[in-house]
Order: sequence, then structure tokens, then C-alpha cells
Amino acid sequence: MRKSFVAQNPSVLWFIAILAIFTIGVTLLSEVTGVNMISTSFVKTLGKTLCLCLVAIAMDVVWGYCGILSLGHFAFFGIGGYAIGMWLMYARTEGIVVESLVGQPLPPTPQEISDVIGNQIFGVVGSSEFPVIWSFADSLFLQLLMVVLVPGLLALVFGWLAFRSRVTGVYLSILTQAMTLALALYLFQNDSGLRGNNGLSGLQNIPGFEDVSQATISIVFFWASAVALALGYVFFAWIVSGKMGSVIKGIRDNEARVRFLGYHVESYKLFVFTTTAIVAGIAGALYYPQAGIINPGEIAPIASIYLAVWVAIGGRGRLYGAAIGAAFVSLLSSWFTGGGAPNVNLGFYEIQWTDWWLVLLGFSFVVVTLFFPKGIGGLFDLLVRKQS
Amino acid sequence: MRRILFLALALWLIVPVATAAQTLQDILQTHQEEVLKPGRRSVGVVLDDLVASGLPQALPFLEAWRDREIVQRDSDGLFFRATEDGDALALTDLDTGETVPAAVSDDFTESRPNGGVRRAIGDALVQFQLSDPDITKRRAAVEAIARSMDVSQLSPLEGSIDTEEDPALKAQKTRLVGMLQALFGENTETRVAAIEALSGDLSVDVRAVLNRITATTPKIATEVPEDANVAQILTVGEDITQEEAYARLVAAELAAPLITKAAVRDALLANIVDGSVGGITVDKLDTDAARALAYDALALDGLVAQRVKDTEKVEALAAHTFYLDYTEPDSVVTDAASKAIRAIETNVALSQTADLALDALSLASIYFLAAIGLAITFGVMGVINMAHGEFIMMGAYTGYVIQLFIPDYTIAILVALPVAFAVTFGAGVTMERLVIRHLYHRPLETLLATFGISIALQQLAKNIFGTQARPLTSPEWLDGALVFNDVIAISYIRIAIFVLALLFLALILYVLKRTRLGLEVRAVTQNPGMAASMGINPDKINMLTFGLGSGIAGIAGVAIGLYAKVTSEMGADYIVQSFMTVVVGGVGNVWGTLAGASLIGFLQKGIEWLNPSNTLAAQTYMILFIILFIQFRPKGIVALKGRAAAD
Repeated sequence: MRKSFVAQNPSVLWFIAILAIFTIGVTLLSEVTGVNMISTSFVKTLGKTLCLCLVAIAMDVVWGYCGILSLGHFAFFGIGGYAIGMWLMYARTEGIVVESLVGQPLPPTPQEISDVIGNQIFGVVGSSEFPVIWSFADSLFLQLLMVVLVPGLLALVFGWLAFRSRVTGVYLSILTQAMTLALALYLFQNDSGLRGNNGLSGLQNIPGFEDVSQATISIVFFWASAVALALGYVFFAWIVSGKMGSVIKGIRDNEARVRFLGYHVESYKLFVFTTTAIVAGIAGALYYPQAGIINPGEIAPIASIYLAVWVAIGGRGRLYGAAIGAAFVSLLSSWFTGGGAPNVNLGFYEIQWTDWWLVLLGFSFVVVTLFFPKGIGGLFDLLVRKQS
Repeated sequence: MRRILFLALALWLIVPVATAAQTLQDILQTHQEEVLKPGRRSVGVVLDDLVASGLPQALPFLEAWRDREIVQRDSDGLFFRATEDGDALALTDLDTGETVPAAVSDDFTESRPNGGVRRAIGDALVQFQLSDPDITKRRAAVEAIARSMDVSQLSPLEGSIDTEEDPALKAQKTRLVGMLQALFGENTETRVAAIEALSGDLSVDVRAVLNRITATTPKIATEVPEDANVAQILTVGEDITQEEAYARLVAAELAAPLITKAAVRDALLANIVDGSVGGITVDKLDTDAARALAYDALALDGLVAQRVKDTEKVEALAAHTFYLDYTEPDSVVTDAASKAIRAIETNVALSQTADLALDALSLASIYFLAAIGLAITFGVMGVINMAHGEFIMMGAYTGYVIQLFIPDYTIAILVALPVAFAVTFGAGVTMERLVIRHLYHRPLETLLATFGISIALQQLAKNIFGTQARPLTSPEWLDGALVFNDVIAISYIRIAIFVLALLFLALILYVLKRTRLGLEVRAVTQNPGMAASMGINPDKINMLTFGLGSGIAGIAGVAIGLYAKVTSEMGADYIVQSFMTVVVGGVGNVWGTLAGASLIGFLQKGIEWLNPSNTLAAQTYMILFIILFIQFRPKGIVALKGRAAAD
């Protein structure tokens, strides 16, 4: 008899339960309830971390389960951020512009309003024309669609090209990295239509909610991130647990054999690649309104490699491992680089963690890869084994 | 003028013996009147005599004269150079240059040459400078002429050519005369001849001269005048847009200005009466259509100018001819000049292509150097080393440190190359022993582990050397560039890098194909188990191969550091390109890496040429091209065949 989905995956319940307790706990301790134990900026950090967990889970599915080491998923994350950022920036600027034009003796025409908005947004790159890609920026619905469509289509086309010609293994990794680099370089240009090096900013101000305090907005986004993470977790757990999951894992372990069994390997890979890219885009769309700013530096190839690092440290091939890895490393990283860690005085040299954290991370990453291929998630195996 | 000059020159050649005893003062005394009150005509006599005398004092005198510093003593009529010193005058003897006791200015009469005279003096000065015995002064004079390019300089310059001793300067003078003749020659024939002589020259100043001759001004006429030297008749809609053509009509006041949206707005604003304009209330004026209606209503009342109708616009355009008129009236000259420009442009285009090819070649050799080490570790061993870029950086920093200790740059570079090899060889072997050895069967994890090393090394370099770029100075003999003509030039550093790349190609081919180590490397690559049973130690071979690849990265680092800055992030700039080079070229093949580097180098330069303002875009498009290229040749340009190709 087939066991139910939840019974098969006890970790799903555990994960959602812990996430729920965490979310409610943070909300109760935040400034919204007046307890003020957790500052608004830290709520934002936690919310961002949840988004990173979501993209890490997606990365885990594509790498840990399907064996495709994509070094481009953070690019999809960034695209999601840009897509929502365009609307946030446009709508907010529009609000400000319309307000500033109220006192005019002649009511402004739509063209005049649009010119002023264009000038406001693109003045920094010496332009005032709206590029074609901003055609839908005035519509929240269409931009939300973009959050899903653009990463999805890009992944679909890229994946189709790559999988069709059977680019696998490290070649695929390098190819995805090249794609990320190309995208980042493109966005760095001033005439890319996305404000080049300046990126999009002021995203923490949500149009239409100017009167709502940042404390409330941060909690709303925190909840949204938590819900997205929970949904993403359930969705991916469902995908990797069924028959399809077995095929995907089979592809990871021996692609040729799965192909000989009659499965259309390329379609499975393409499905996984595209789906995870879409989830990455959604995670990005939730992340950047909390971060407040997005620029092409965020998309640089190194970000995608860090994503792989989180998943590897957390433990590949288990969804909760990826989430733990992302949360653990990114929080630790901001603790170290934010000056939270005490400096170590060796007598002849004082180790300042802002300088040495990356060295520590790099080498500990080597150690994890060499000696703990299962990552932090592997510790749970030890626990489970002791109980049984 | 020219005749006088030739005469002067002839006199200057013959007369010296006869006038040896003559002093400057003597000459001036013979022309007292002309010196004291010089006129545009009378001054020529004085100048001719001065030039003819060949006296060295004449030059400072002319300068002083031009600067209005010459005075005559009323008592005896002698001339002095005088500078004001409070109320008194500080006097200098014109011949000896000695200071004469100061005097009261009342006893002297100033010579005050007017503008025309001063120009004549200036021309004579140029002539003096052009024939000055000091070559630096002559050079300066020629450069000054080249800057100003004035008609007055033609004859003095021409006159000075025959006596010029320095061959380089003589050539320069001749060339300059050619350019001046093209611009200001006496008649059409001389100008055309001069222009034709210039057409073989690619330099920017010659092109500037020709462009000056063929400069045009846009003109409008109902009928093109017969005497006009027309460069081109502009067809509205093709050579010139309708808007632009109409704007020119408006600028020439041949048509009424168009009413722009801003003008409509201003007109409406100015005519608001009781909250409405032209019968429309203000709050409804938030569309262009409504504003147009209101404006037309105002125009009907005669309050504002009528809107120009489209038919009127078309009529106005049709009634006029738009053409480009040469500033130069002589059509024979402009034809010759445009022909010369076309010839030069063809030449320049060819040269630019050659220059671009050289650039591409040098970029390709840099990519080759950066990627060849990777080709060994990745191509031969199948190990993906993300820290390869950091080995390049280590090599560059090694060069930098060695330059700190050895001040002689030539020796420093010669020492740096082997030391950089040794350092990165050591680093590579250590990394292979400690990390990569354990991961040979898990290539994706090698990628991540070496990436960990890469970020650690990068940050270490940042901690040790700081974030600012460090210089790696090339020896003096590598400064400068090999110049073929005005367009084609390549710096010696790039040539050196190219030679280095060739050397390494030869070296690696030799090691892999002709030595025992190479044989063993190839054996281990093809079948480690079989190689081991033949008595080869695969462990050792892997270690050495990895060390070799890393060592070459170190040397590449020194080479790259010479032409780019040494920073902790320099490796990261090359890593993706290096992988691309290896993958595009075909893994496991040195020739493939060469092909890949050439393809990428030429491609990048080609795209940059198409869009020169934007190197970022060039890189973007190149990467996109590579991604597509991999689709069609997944195994690269030089694909391995048979069993060796199996993964």
C-alpha cells in the first residue's frame, strides 16, 4: 500500500512546524507587537534569509537531486528582483511625480507625466527615454508575471539548448556561469535600460502603502517569505518524492542508464531546471523589496557559486539541508562581516574577522567538501540512526 | 613677398663677407625713420636688410621691436632696448646686450609699430627661427607652424627648406609645405599637385588639412546658384530628415516655426482667463488632443500664431533645395581633395583592419597564456580548477614582490619568471596533494573545493597586499611601440607576450610529445589503470601535471601583470574566459586551446570594432556566441576522436 505523501516525508511536517513557530515567534518579538526584542532591520535580515533558503532549496533540487550544478540560479534570483523592482520604482516615482505636479496651472498630460518619471528614473544614466523593457512597468500584475516568465523562459531556452546538445557535468556548470557573467556584464551597461551600475533603488518603499511603517512592511514581507518558503518546500518535496523524483535522482546517478530505460532525460532536466529557475525568480522578487536595492553586482557569477556553497555546507540531496545551509552561512557571514565577531589577538597579529572571514569560509568549505560531503544535514542522519 | 625673400636669401648667402664689420646699430641708423615710425610698406626694407645682415642680434631685436620695447635716444639718435623701471628706463645695448645706465624716459622716443607691422615682424621672426642654428628652436618653429597652419607661413617655411641640415626636420618641413600648399597654394595646379602628393599619407594632420579643404556648410536656396561649388544636393527624407530640413528652413527664416507641445503649453498658460482657455476649462486640458483644440481656438481669435499645417510644411520643403556647399570655391581643388580623402580612407581602413588583427592576436596570446595551464589541468586531467585565476594572481604578485627587492627591472623580470613558476608549481602540488587527490572521481566537488580555495586565496592577497592595484613595471626596452604607420602600431609588451605565448606552446608540445614525462602523462590520461600496471605511478604523474599547469599560470601572471594592473581580483577576470577558451577549443588538446584562444581573441576584437564604445557589450555578445557555439560543436573546435574522447 502506498503511504501518504506526508508519511513518506516526515521532514516536511517538521520543517513547516519549525518554520511556523519561528515566524510567529519573530512576529511576537518584533516592533509590531511593541515587544521590540527584534529590530526592524533584523526582521528584514531574517526575511531575506528565508528568501535565500527558498532559492537554496531550488538549487538543491537542481543540483543535489538532479545533478546539474547550475551556476546561474542566482541570476534568475536577480532577474526576479529586477522584475519586481521595475514596478516598485516606477509606481513610486509616478506617485511622487503626480503629487508634485498637482499644483500646476495646467493639468499634466500622460505624456508629460511619463517624461518626468523617465527623467527621474534614468537621469543617473544620462537618459530620459523609457526603454522597451519597461513597457509593462506600470502594471503590477504584468510585472509579477514577468517575475515568473522571464527567468522561466530564459531557463527554458538556455536549458533546451544546453541539454539538447548533451552538455553535462562541469561543462554545463561553466556554461551556466558564462550565462550569468554575460547577464551581469549586460546589466552593468548604462544603456541596458536598467540603470547600469546604479541598479534599482528605493525598493523598500511600497507604492500605495506610504503611510504604513517599515516595521509593519517588514513583518508582512517576512510572512510572505515564510509562506513562499513553506509552499516551495512542500512543492519540491512533492516533486522529489514521487516517481518523478526517482527518475530525477536516477539522472543524477547515471544519466545514460535512465536514458536507456526509455525516459526522455532532457525533458526531465529541462523541467527541473526551469521550475527551479522560476522559484528562484520568486524568491528574488521577495528578497529585493526587503533589501531595498538591487544592482548588477548581485548577479555576478560569484553569487551563484556562493549559492552552491550554502547548499553544499547544508547538505546536498535533502531539502532541509539546503535551507539550513543557506540560513547558517548567510547569517554567519553577516555576523562576521558586520563586525559582530570579536577579533582574535594572536599577540603578533590581530585577526580582524571582516578581513579574514572569507579566508575562513573558503578553507572551511574545502574541509566540508573533503570530509563532510553530507554537510550539516548529515548530522541529522547520525541522530536518526542513534534513535533506531 | 616670395621674390623679396629669395632675394634676401641670396643676399644672406653672398653678403656676409662684405658686411662683416656692419653692426645692428649701423643698419638701424640707415633706416632711422622707418624704425621709429614703421608703416606696413616701409617696414619691408628694414626687415630685408636685417635678414640680409645675418646678424645674430637681429632676432632679439625683432622680438623686442614686436613687443614695443625699442626706443631712440633723442640726443644722438641711437636705438636701445628699453624696459620700464619705475619712472626711469632700463636700457640695453642692441649689439652687445650690455646694460646701459638708466635714463629718464623724457629723453627718448618710443617706436610703436602697429598691428600690421607687428605681423610682418612676426613673419620675419618665424623665418629667423626656421633658420636658427639651434635645432630645438627650428623644431619648435616648425611645430608652431603645424599648429597654426596660416597662409603667411608658407613662404618663410619654403625658403628655409634648402638650408635645412637635419634630414628629419627637412622632411618634416617639406611635408608641412605640402600641406600648406594644398591649403593656400597660388593657383589651382599647385594645390591639386600638393593634394595628390598628400594622398599617400595616413596621418591625422594630413586628413585634417584635407577635411579643411572639403569642409561644407549646409545651405538652402530656391535655385542652386551657378557659381556655387556644391558638394551634395540633399534629398529630404533620405539624406536629411523632414524635421531637420524644416528646422533649417525655420532657422533661415524661410518658414514659420512649428508649434511644439511646449509652445502650446506656454501659449495656453499665458491665455488662461477665468479658469478656461479657448472655451475649454483648464481641468480638462490633461490630454494633447484637448490642448490642441484649445490652442486652435486661441489661434482663431488671433491671440497666438496659427499652427503650421502639414501641407504648408510639405510645400515649404518642396520649394527649397537643400545642399551642402564647399567653403572652398574652386571645384577642381575640392574634387582632388575628396578623391585624396577617399584614397586615404581606403588605406586607413586597410591599416585599421591590420591593426585590429594585431590587437586580436595579442589578446589571443593573452588568453592562450591564461588558459594553457588550465588546458593541462582541466583538459588532460579532467580536473576543474577554479583557483587557476588565483595562481595567475600569485604569479603576478610574485613578480611585484621581486621588483621590490631587485631594482633593475630587466633582471627582476628574468628572475620573476622562474620564481613565479616555482611558487605556483609548489602551490599547485600542495593543492593537488591535500585536496584534489581525494576528489578525482567527483569532478563537480573539485569545482567547489577549488572555488573555496580561490576565495580564500583572493582574500589572503587582499589582506597582504591591500585592495589597491600594485604596479608590475616592465623594463625600459619594452616601453614604446612598434610603429608601422600612423594607424598600425603594437606595443612591445604585447609583442613580448605574443612571443612568450609561442614559447609556451612550443614548450608544452615538446614536454607532452617528446619527453618521458609527457608520455607518462598521456598514458595516465588515457587509462590510469593500464598505465599503473606498466610501472607508471599515476599519483606522481597527476601531481606533476597539476604542478606544471599551475606553474605556467604563474608565468602567465607575470606576463599579464606587465600590461594590466596587479590586483587580488585579476585572476577572477580571466577565469571564465580561460574556461571558455579551453572548452571552445576542445578539451585535452593544446592545439585546441590555441584555436580557442584565437577564436575568442579575434571575436572579441571584432565585436569591439563593431561597437567600439562598449567593451562590456562586446564581452556579453561574445559569451552569448560561445554558448551558441557549444551547441553546434559541444566538443570544441578540435574534438578528440575514438577512445580518448570517452569521458
